[in-house]
Amino acid sequence: MSHDWSEVFLGVSADSVIQTPEEIQKVRGGWIAQLRDGLAKSRKALQQQFASVLFDRFDESLWERIEEALIYADVGVETTVSIVEALEAEADKGAIKDSASLIAELRRITTLHFCQADTRIDVAHSPAVILVVGVNGTGKTTTIGKIAWHLKELGKEPLLVAGDTFRAAAIEQLVEWGRRVGCEVVRHERGGDPGAVVYDGIAAAEARKADVVIIDTAGRLHTQVNLMKELEKVRRVIGKRLPGAPHETLLSIDATTGQNGLIQARMFKEAVELSGVVLTKMDGTAKGGIALAVSHELDLPIKLIGTGERLESLQPFDAADFTALLFDDSLGPSV
Amino acid sequence: MFDSLSDKLQIAFDGLKKQGRLTDKDVERAAREIRLALLEADVNFKVVKQFVDSVKQRALGVEVLGSLTPAQQFIKIVNEELTALMGSATTKLTFSPRPPTLIMMVGLQGSGKTTACGKLANFLLAQGKSPGLVAGDVYRPAAIDQLKTLGQQLGVPVYDEGDQADPVDIAKHGVRWAQEKGRDVLIIDTAGRLHIDEKLMDELVHIRHAVKPHNILLVLDAMTGQDAVNVALKFQEQVQFDGVVLTKMDGDARGGAALSVRAVTGKPIKFASSGEKLDSFEYFYPDRVASRILGMGDVLTLIEKAERTIDEKKARELEQRLRKSTFTFDDFLEQIQQVRKMGSISSILGMIPGIPSGKLKGMQVDEKAFDKIQAVIFSMTPEERSHPELISGSRRRRIAAGSGTNIHTINQLLTQFKQVQKMMKQLGSGRVPKNPFQMFGNSS
Repeated sequence: MSHDWSEVFLGVSADSVIQTPEEIQKVRGGWIAQLRDGLAKSRKALQQQFASVLFDRFDESLWERIEEALIYADVGVETTVSIVEALEAEADKGAIKDSASLIAELRRITTLHFCQADTRIDVAHSPAVILVVGVNGTGKTTTIGKIAWHLKELGKEPLLVAGDTFRAAAIEQLVEWGRRVGCEVVRHERGGDPGAVVYDGIAAAEARKADVVIIDTAGRLHTQVNLMKELEKVRRVIGKRLPGAPHETLLSIDATTGQNGLIQARMFKEAVELSGVVLTKMDGTAKGGIALAVSHELDLPIKLIGTGERLESLQPFDAADFTALLFDDSLGPSV
Repeated sequence: MFDSLSDKLQIAFDGLKKQGRLTDKDVERAAREIRLALLEADVNFKVVKQFVDSVKQRALGVEVLGSLTPAQQFIKIVNEELTALMGSATTKLTFSPRPPTLIMMVGLQGSGKTTACGKLANFLLAQGKSPGLVAGDVYRPAAIDQLKTLGQQLGVPVYDEGDQADPVDIAKHGVRWAQEKGRDVLIIDTAGRLHIDEKLMDELVHIRHAVKPHNILLVLDAMTGQDAVNVALKFQEQVQFDGVVLTKMDGDARGGAALSVRAVTGKPIKFASSGEKLDSFEYFYPDRVASRILGMGDVLTLIEKAERTIDEKKARELEQRLRKSTFTFDDFLEQIQQVRKMGSISSILGMIPGIPSGKLKGMQVDEKAFDKIQAVIFSMTPEERSHPELISGSRRRRIAAGSGTNIHTINQLLTQFKQVQKMMKQLGSGRVPKNPFQMFGNSS
């Protein structure tokens, strides 16, 4: 039980947390169960698959099936190979005797493949600035609404900045989230300069003593050089207006994304120095294995998981829980 | 978008090209590369298995043609299998003999449905139709505003009943509205949903029963991973879509999802959508994309784009001038503008065969360079444009000041222009220059 909401934000005192550990447990158990229910029942869990199999180090098809389970979860070739090689090394050392220890080792090794950096979100500044970036349609605006709601629940005063001045109705969408959360939204006209609204947003936060400024940005494909430059500029404006900011730069990645997620993360990391990843839309049947690939290959911590449309459907990330889901029922549909 | 995949396959085939004969081992090695490349391109792993098996079987078989090397033979087989997998023919929309033709758009959240609705409307406008839009997404905050804004930009009317009405009613009323307003095609936007959300899926089924659309299109993000298959199967089971719109094709996603969805549902990819501009929406040509995967370029798409954009009359005039060898700065300007109308220079270069994508990677075509050239030409007098030899030192200074550039830029452009003029003369006299793309190569 390493990450609960009381511990998600660095700079939020534990006294202000309203939830009891039991409540937290209930919510956490709830969303994992929900995710499991969402997955089709007809498929066999990896555990069941291997429960009846006698472990044989030299059974190539065994390793192949593990590889396929990982590939099917969108973990990608490189990270998959790395995990399976580590697993084979353990087998050579004699650490794996039967299918139970095979599964246990697989889970342990996979968990260790996540970047081990701090997964907390740093809001221990006044004001703290969180910049949220990502390609179109990954759920940036929704994620911002949810983070703001949680901060509010924890007694912090968030302020939202409508930095997406491009997409039709993006500003209205953020304003609607602000209304639901009950916090202020700083906005300019559509088509305006994102740097200018960000500048005003931080000024407004200072003037009104808001605790956390959360900045929405326009969705952009990482291949659009001009738009990536614009994002670099937005980041520079933030740093100039408030030295040391942004304190968090979060990349939102859609859990259904395939291997392109790696390229996205690489390009955004180069442009704006990411501090972590929010994996969104984990309430479908997607395994979100791309998060493991990104975390492992780019050394980025996964910080939050989005699990639905409601304000409270945002979860702290826990590598062990995530790994459990990854291998629950992962041999896919019969095509 | 399939660039990286074609690179990988090229590497796999490089090994083969040097061989005189295709051995079992060669086939195994190439097959392994193809397997990896397809997996990294997010093709569903079961589809990959089937695909690689069928390629291997055919490659090890006896179909040897005298005119091809074994490596070419292998590429041909992979190409054919890939094309077969993607579906061999372009399938267009079904138009009802009794308008309005109804098109319902479905898909997951964030796949780009609302934008695709706008782009499809624009596509239909260009075909001489008078489309209308129905705002059926009452759940996502501001989705209705987004569709209305798109409608306004295009001059296409949008039917909406706010976000409190029932989407089934909105769709039904929308059809009546379209009949009254004389819209011959009606595009119905729906709320993005997860395929495991039974309640919302039921709503789609109700809309389908209520208005009986002639086309149901599943909007799918080209970046989707292995889960694309589950999504497509679920939507097929529930709403029986007719085809797929593949979105965000301008990213560098390899789009393996397209292969998978086609393979497991049998439903064609009908449209490919890319970019922020409303006109970047076109029919999906499976055979061309298969060729492009194999590094043969998407020549056909390029030609079609050129045909659509370049005014035939202007092209004939230009040809006349070429024959007379009087190529002026005005022609040069016109040419740049015609080419740019086709899309970004980098997207056009990506379609030309013989330019390996690897070489394009490091090379960021600077679109601004073309802006600069245009600015310089705009700063010339009409006389200077048709008689560049007039441009003396003092004129150069004036042009530099007028265009916000410097003398160096002007000199460079004049030198380049002379080269282009020379090339045009060669073209006019029927001699083909060695490298017709040199005029793009060092234009900055």
